[in-house]
Amino acid sequence: MSETKIDVTVERLERTASEARHPNTCPKCGSHYRDDELEATLYVCSHCGFHFRMPALARIAWLADPGSFQEEAAEVRSADPLHFFDLRPYRERLAEAELNTGLPEAIIVGSARLEGHRLELAVMDFSFLGGSMGSAVGEKFVRACDSALAAKLPLLLVSSSGGARMQEGILSLMQLPKTISALDELHEAGLPLLNVLTDPTTGGLMASVASLGDVTIAEPGALLAFTGPRVVQSIIKEKLPDDFGRSEQNLRFGQIDAILPRSEQRPYLARLLRLFGR
Amino acid sequence: MAGEPERRLRERLSRLRSLPLLQRTGVAAEERRLRHQLDSVSRADASEEEIWAFVELARHADRPYTLDYVERIVEDWVELHGDRGRADDGAIVAGIGRLAGRTVALLGHQKGRDLKERLQRQYGMPHPEGYAKAGRVMDLAERFGFPVVSLIDTPGAYPGVVAEQHGQGGAIARSQAKMIALRVPSVACVIGEGGSGGALALAVSDRVLMQENAIYSVITPEGCAQILWRDQSQARKAAAAFKPDAFHCLELGVIDGIVAEPPGGAQNDPDRAALQLKEALAAELDELEGVPGSELRSARRRKFRAMGVYA
Repeated sequence: MSETKIDVTVERLERTASEARHPNTCPKCGSHYRDDELEATLYVCSHCGFHFRMPALARIAWLADPGSFQEEAAEVRSADPLHFFDLRPYRERLAEAELNTGLPEAIIVGSARLEGHRLELAVMDFSFLGGSMGSAVGEKFVRACDSALAAKLPLLLVSSSGGARMQEGILSLMQLPKTISALDELHEAGLPLLNVLTDPTTGGLMASVASLGDVTIAEPGALLAFTGPRVVQSIIKEKLPDDFGRSEQNLRFGQIDAILPRSEQRPYLARLLRLFGR
Repeated sequence: MAGEPERRLRERLSRLRSLPLLQRTGVAAEERRLRHQLDSVSRADASEEEIWAFVELARHADRPYTLDYVERIVEDWVELHGDRGRADDGAIVAGIGRLAGRTVALLGHQKGRDLKERLQRQYGMPHPEGYAKAGRVMDLAERFGFPVVSLIDTPGAYPGVVAEQHGQGGAIARSQAKMIALRVPSVACVIGEGGSGGALALAVSDRVLMQENAIYSVITPEGCAQILWRDQSQARKAAAAFKPDAFHCLELGVIDGIVAEPPGGAQNDPDRAALQLKEALAAELDELEGVPGSELRSARRRKFRAMGVYA
């Protein structure tokens, strides 16, 4: 009798957004792109101007005059002082990040020229453990300050970071006063910090050097916040303003100096370097 | 496994172990007890329960807050209000008074005792205006040569729409920058929860102490559990992994000393806890007295620049 049970499960026809999407789809306008096209347009959608996250190496290759970049402090790597283990060991996460990104850490520092002006560069990469700042990232930023100080150069920080790296616990938090200490010396010597804030710059970076630039510009639509929208949303349980935490809101509330699309950043920075170079 | 960074860390640990934990404040028995605790907790295998006990004591509803200590250890207290721009943030109290024979500027987070006060003080979570208020009182301290004493007790900076619009990250960054550059002595003590940037903003000091049952961490255990385990209920596991207790913070070189509490925690005997805190703060202030401002600033920079463990 009961063998003739009818199967009443419903087949789900709509696919989730991630399945439906071709991997090379602009999240803003939905247009498709080829990888080489995107690289050629500085990782900006040629249809709607959406700014994709730009890998640190590509950013340096574009910002620095050809052949002028000299990397420094490349030997500084993360350690695992807490023997941190969440769902996986921290060491494994580090090794995987290095394999996936080809980068030794979430920041690259070194000296370069930009339209002929010498400067020190510190460029972050979100794809390495969310650009998080642990002891090695803090140390590399401090080394960049040291080189800038020694050669009397301005420092340019391109930030992209989810904040402090949880796997190094309180030591990650201490990278905030550590980097600020180095910046204090730079400022005492009359050398400027120029900041380009890119998507996303949140948490510990926002609560330290990313907020202390002498001139601070941001990329369009970048999330720049201390507490990100998901956390705030989960606490206040109301709809957030549409541009909550974005560059545009930060400009309106006086937190940054300008929003510049990538194509306009190089000449703008060159102008600043001329002005600060006297 | 035991590479160069670990060797360096171990070296620092052995150096720390030989330092006086109590900075002259305690009797020998207390020092022995703390040292014993340091040894047991700092084993790599300190249990989840051992570490969670610190978290619970640090958040104990009866734990003394900043103003409880102020009324016990500060004479001629004058509370100062407002950031001179926009607001008076109840989550941070600021003022001047006499501590162990000298005028100091005192800053501290203040949680509320009952529901009404908790709402008014937003559970000790400051807005940017709170850090601006602290900043203008630091300016005052510098103008008149008063040491800056800060008492740290917050789950973190307030996470809200207006706080973000008014520049929460920038406020915390500028507060640290101001503390780094101070030309007067500064001493901080974590008296409860040292929650992330919101706590750190007032704790970039020449000497940073923690009470025995206080915690100091990069994120709340619940926040860490949410992000790494995707499950808030794993908070105990998260706390055991990032080790926010005073003993581990001392080991890692993040703080300079531990202040003993009465048996069972400060809430059991606030008067005695206040006396122990006062003696610890006074001992540090004595040591820093008379050091030229430029030396204080450069020593402070050196101290914080040395923090971290890398390969």
